[in-house]
Amino acid sequence: MSPDASARTTPYWLTGPALAVFLALVIIPLGMTVLLAFYDWGQYKGIVAEFTLKNFREIFSDGYFLEVFLRTLRISVLVTLFAILIGVPEAYILNRMSPAWRGLCLLAILGPLLVSVVARTLGWALLLGSNGLVNRGLMALGLIGQPLEFMFTETGVVIALVHVLIPLMILAVWASLQRLDPQIENAALSLGASRLTIWRRVILPQIVPGILSGGVIVFALAASAFASPAIIGGRRLKVAATLAYDEFLNTLNWPLGAAVAVLLLAALMILTIGTNRLVERRYSQVFE
Amino acid sequence: MSHLVLEGLGKSYGTAVAVEGLDLSVARGEFISLLGPSGCGKTTTLQMIAGFVPVDRGRILLDGGDLGGVAPNKRGLGIVFQSYALFPHMTVAQNIAFGLEMRGIEKAEREKRTLEAMALVGLKGFEERYPRRMSGGQQQRVALARALVIRPSLLLLDEPLSNLDAKLREEMQGELRQIQRSIGTTTILVTHDQHEAMALSDRIVVMNKARVEQIGAPDAVYGAPDTAFVANFLGKTNVLTATGDGSGHVAIEALSVPLAGVPSGATRIAVRPERLGFAAEGAPGFSARITSRVFQGAHWLLTAESVAGPVTLIRHNNGTPVPEEGESVKLSFGPGDAALLAEGAGS
Repeated sequence: MSPDASARTTPYWLTGPALAVFLALVIIPLGMTVLLAFYDWGQYKGIVAEFTLKNFREIFSDGYFLEVFLRTLRISVLVTLFAILIGVPEAYILNRMSPAWRGLCLLAILGPLLVSVVARTLGWALLLGSNGLVNRGLMALGLIGQPLEFMFTETGVVIALVHVLIPLMILAVWASLQRLDPQIENAALSLGASRLTIWRRVILPQIVPGILSGGVIVFALAASAFASPAIIGGRRLKVAATLAYDEFLNTLNWPLGAAVAVLLLAALMILTIGTNRLVERRYSQVFE
Repeated sequence: MSHLVLEGLGKSYGTAVAVEGLDLSVARGEFISLLGPSGCGKTTTLQMIAGFVPVDRGRILLDGGDLGGVAPNKRGLGIVFQSYALFPHMTVAQNIAFGLEMRGIEKAEREKRTLEAMALVGLKGFEERYPRRMSGGQQQRVALARALVIRPSLLLLDEPLSNLDAKLREEMQGELRQIQRSIGTTTILVTHDQHEAMALSDRIVVMNKARVEQIGAPDAVYGAPDTAFVANFLGKTNVLTATGDGSGHVAIEALSVPLAGVPSGATRIAVRPERLGFAAEGAPGFSARITSRVFQGAHWLLTAESVAGPVTLIRHNNGTPVPEEGESVKLSFGPGDAALLAEGAGS
């Protein structure tokens, strides 16, 4: 083989193994799921491999599915919002800490990601139960007379999801904060800007790309979260992921479950690509 | 009355002293350079004036008023940072207008002054550009315009030219000096580049290890350095061991040159390479042996081992023959070529 030809083919050989794994573990199952979503299913005949839009028609016409999808959307939006509200200031503070403290705090922030999802969620269930630590504490302080309903409510699900997903927001924002010129706040200060103005006019606009990318990650993971809604939301408070699971494993209506999963995936893909486009178009001028 | 006065200014970080006992008084419109190696305290001094770093000892007076309790965003100083610290999400015009906006100046006036400032630094037509799409020199001009447009009482420059290549740096030096002269803003420049300090300033403050070594006009400091550190930091110099005769003369072998204030006994003097020459036939001189000879076009660079220590000489390429390597020669210098160095000073 001439050196020229080998230079052309080497990249393919080198990426081959990873591509094969990707194809076998992601693309093929995904393709099969999409295919499955268009199959027919009956109580007695099982899965029938013939093309139909029946599953999608059922999802779009039944209010139950709409309710679940709306709930998923609501929870994801709330989780993303809280992650931004808590995560952005936290990342800013983290960025200003001395390196020793920063390491320690980073470990605390990443903590939730290091704990198994089931253990972490069950921990929240213990804290949030009507007889849990949070309710007993609030009652002991006299702030509430009746235990608050956290378990099996959207509030509980949102709290648990914010807790586990916030590290991703903090890391994304922190990464964009680190790209800031360390003198930029002093520059704005010397021009007469107040601390608040510096934040609003100088810092925030520069970390918007970080907030958006963190937001996309948090939203996508919140929308497709399974364990936290399953344990804290319980069997009645269904979201898209638990709905698909139920269709697959309880009703055994695989094609309908696949259709739910495909719709969720499509929505998330549109959101991700859309945000990416926005960031690229809006900020290509400004940031390299 | 002096425009800016620094009185016994001092700053420590823990046990490390960053600046100690800095006294300086700057006249209105003067261009002052704080010159020194990294870690000498020059940047800390600038940051204390700017208000980014609290003053530990002494005080800073601007137009007679103490800046001590004044927040950095109320001092009204123009600062150009080493990294320029432009706002990357704003256009050039927005960057420059930012300081005016913070002062609540109305839009029409803001636009007028922004355009004026852009014309001053030669950036007309770049209003809608984003900083990242500009060269280093252009960004530097934006930073300068942004600092000047607020009509600061004091312009602080923190190594503003160190990120530019050599040719552009020289160009900007000339332009910076010309702009500063035309608007007459009192300016303090922090730099580690002796050429920059000498080319730009009315006076140079040479700093070393948190302390001031010498303050003076560039040619005065260059010609008569107080300490060996100053002599070496500002250009090349030869430190020679000589003997004072107690009556105002300093001697090396047969050469005896008048030098005011020289004590009797062994002493150290500084002679610039361009001031050191060969003794004329029969005239008194001190012995040396040429160790190397490098041709550099306009001049020859020679090094020699002399009885007073190793020396460097610069001979202009004016057609006179230059001694070969290994040749023995007699060296000499005239009255006014030597500077007496303070004893015990560093390096």
